[in-house]
Amino acid sequence: MNFSAGNTNVPAVEADGLVKMFGQQRAVDGVSLTVPQGSVYGVLGPNGAGKTTTIKMLATLLRPDAGHARIFGYDVVKAPNAVRSLVGVTGQYASVDEDMTATENLIIFSRLLGLSRADSKRRSVELLEEFDLAEAANKPLKNFSGGMRRRLDLAASLIATPPLLFLDEPTTGLDPRTRAQMWETIRRLVREGATVLLTTQYLDEADQLADRIAVIDRGKLVADGTSDELKASVGNSSLHLTLQDRTQIEDARRIVSEALGVEAAITPEAARLTAPMLDTSVTPEILIRLRDNGIAVDEITVQKPSLDEVFLTITGHPADDTADTETDRNVA
Amino acid sequence: MTTTLTTPPPGASLTKAHLVTPEAHTVTLRQTVANSLTMAYRGILKIKHNPEQLFDVTLQPIIFTLMFTYIFGGAISGDVKAYLPVIIPGILVQTVITTSIVTGTQLREDMDKGVFDRFKSLPIARISPLAGALTADMVRYLIATTLTVVMGLIMGYRPGGGALGVLGAAVLVIVCSFAISWIWALMGMLASKASTVQGYSMLILFPLTFMSPAFVPVATMPGWMQAFIKVNPISHIIYAVRDLMNYGHIGSEFGWSLFGSAVVVAVFAPLTVKMYMRKA
Repeated sequence: MNFSAGNTNVPAVEADGLVKMFGQQRAVDGVSLTVPQGSVYGVLGPNGAGKTTTIKMLATLLRPDAGHARIFGYDVVKAPNAVRSLVGVTGQYASVDEDMTATENLIIFSRLLGLSRADSKRRSVELLEEFDLAEAANKPLKNFSGGMRRRLDLAASLIATPPLLFLDEPTTGLDPRTRAQMWETIRRLVREGATVLLTTQYLDEADQLADRIAVIDRGKLVADGTSDELKASVGNSSLHLTLQDRTQIEDARRIVSEALGVEAAITPEAARLTAPMLDTSVTPEILIRLRDNGIAVDEITVQKPSLDEVFLTITGHPADDTADTETDRNVA
Repeated sequence: MTTTLTTPPPGASLTKAHLVTPEAHTVTLRQTVANSLTMAYRGILKIKHNPEQLFDVTLQPIIFTLMFTYIFGGAISGDVKAYLPVIIPGILVQTVITTSIVTGTQLREDMDKGVFDRFKSLPIARISPLAGALTADMVRYLIATTLTVVMGLIMGYRPGGGALGVLGAAVLVIVCSFAISWIWALMGMLASKASTVQGYSMLILFPLTFMSPAFVPVATMPGWMQAFIKVNPISHIIYAVRDLMNYGHIGSEFGWSLFGSAVVVAVFAPLTVKMYMRKA
């Protein structure tokens, strides 16, 4: 697939102070970002942070209340059809027709994009094969799994090989295997020259795919940088320790604090001990010292910062108030 | 942009001209028509995959025609055979126009689906999903029309206007239903739920189709109702269809029906399109 956009000097996305109001609420509150051509830009944030609304404005699905955005130099408000011809959008919820088969879906989208009947058929067959959907080509979508639906959705976005792809939470709700497949597909598209702007709730996803990550919270961009820069701002890994006998917690704290050279914290229930870790290689040393002091360990984990911690550090409040267990996931 | 391809490019079979280029960002009339026809094709595919959608347009003409003819036939015209020229044109108009309600409910349901987001993100004519839906619904009118006429013929109706008269009547009914479907389309745009559209449109259509000359001679009704029937636009369609089917005659009622349809389209189409564009 050849994703070509002509002039390579223009940024793929250039947003300046985008604002979208829903009633009194500022869903997006002055978002500015620049995505160079050929890169993957990750927008990271919890549910309701304004990720989807931002994408919808960039893809001309919503009109910004303030601010400007240009896609390859075309203004999203002034030249919406030019923008639409340059972007492919894959939504959080698969935007394909439930009532029809996979082939029919692709043929209709192809015809709408101006392909001839014969070309539409050929393109549909190509895409279905490419996305491993050839066997299910003529089955109604009602029988499709979530992963198949997402793949079809992505295939539909690629009919005209748009040079810029908006992927709104491309793997939310997918099982780990399907998620890995989706990642591989995205990587392949980028190798072939596509520019990708993706949103995600998962730090590891942004980490795996994105060249640059923006953290968005309550409609505002709160951090922007490479994955390493972002992690550095959060701190490194952290040590979590649970003892069999909690009366030994003070001794354990002294040992850990000495070994790491920083103050370890005891959780309010006094059962667990946590400490930031700059160098994970001291972990065995800590275990040996604990054993030598006769302190039995129930559980020990070394974790990279979770999205929660990223948020806590950058924004000063927890990632999300809505119960979303996924945001508790740790970085693999 | 220069890219290194690890696999043969699947899009290579497409010539450049087939792909939408940013330069072609104004939508031409030709593209609008092409997009609308593709959307109509989509509507027909949907009917193909959900044939149960057609229950109303298939069963209603059969059941209503059978039921009303045998219930009222003897009482109103002395026998069923004499009643057929009265009821078949009347029930044709009633059935096909009632069918047009579905346009509003389906449009509402369709617009709530995820696929509409994709339509909005494509460089296509904004109006095409609406135009396509209204066009695809013509298929429903055609089915309802055909079934009602065939039922009449089976029951012994011999239209005096001949094949041409029947054909003319069918075209008139379909044109009028298409015009009226714009009203339901607007309601579909304004309502929050499909069932609301269904409820309101039935509430409007039920009195309009029954307080008409469709089933019973108007002379037997009280004066106030006769006055209403006289101004009821549905009555004019029924008279025009009767003229065509029974006598092959095109009269002033035919003209009034077309004029009324034109007025409905002139008023509701811009309103509907405006509302639609706001949401689309």
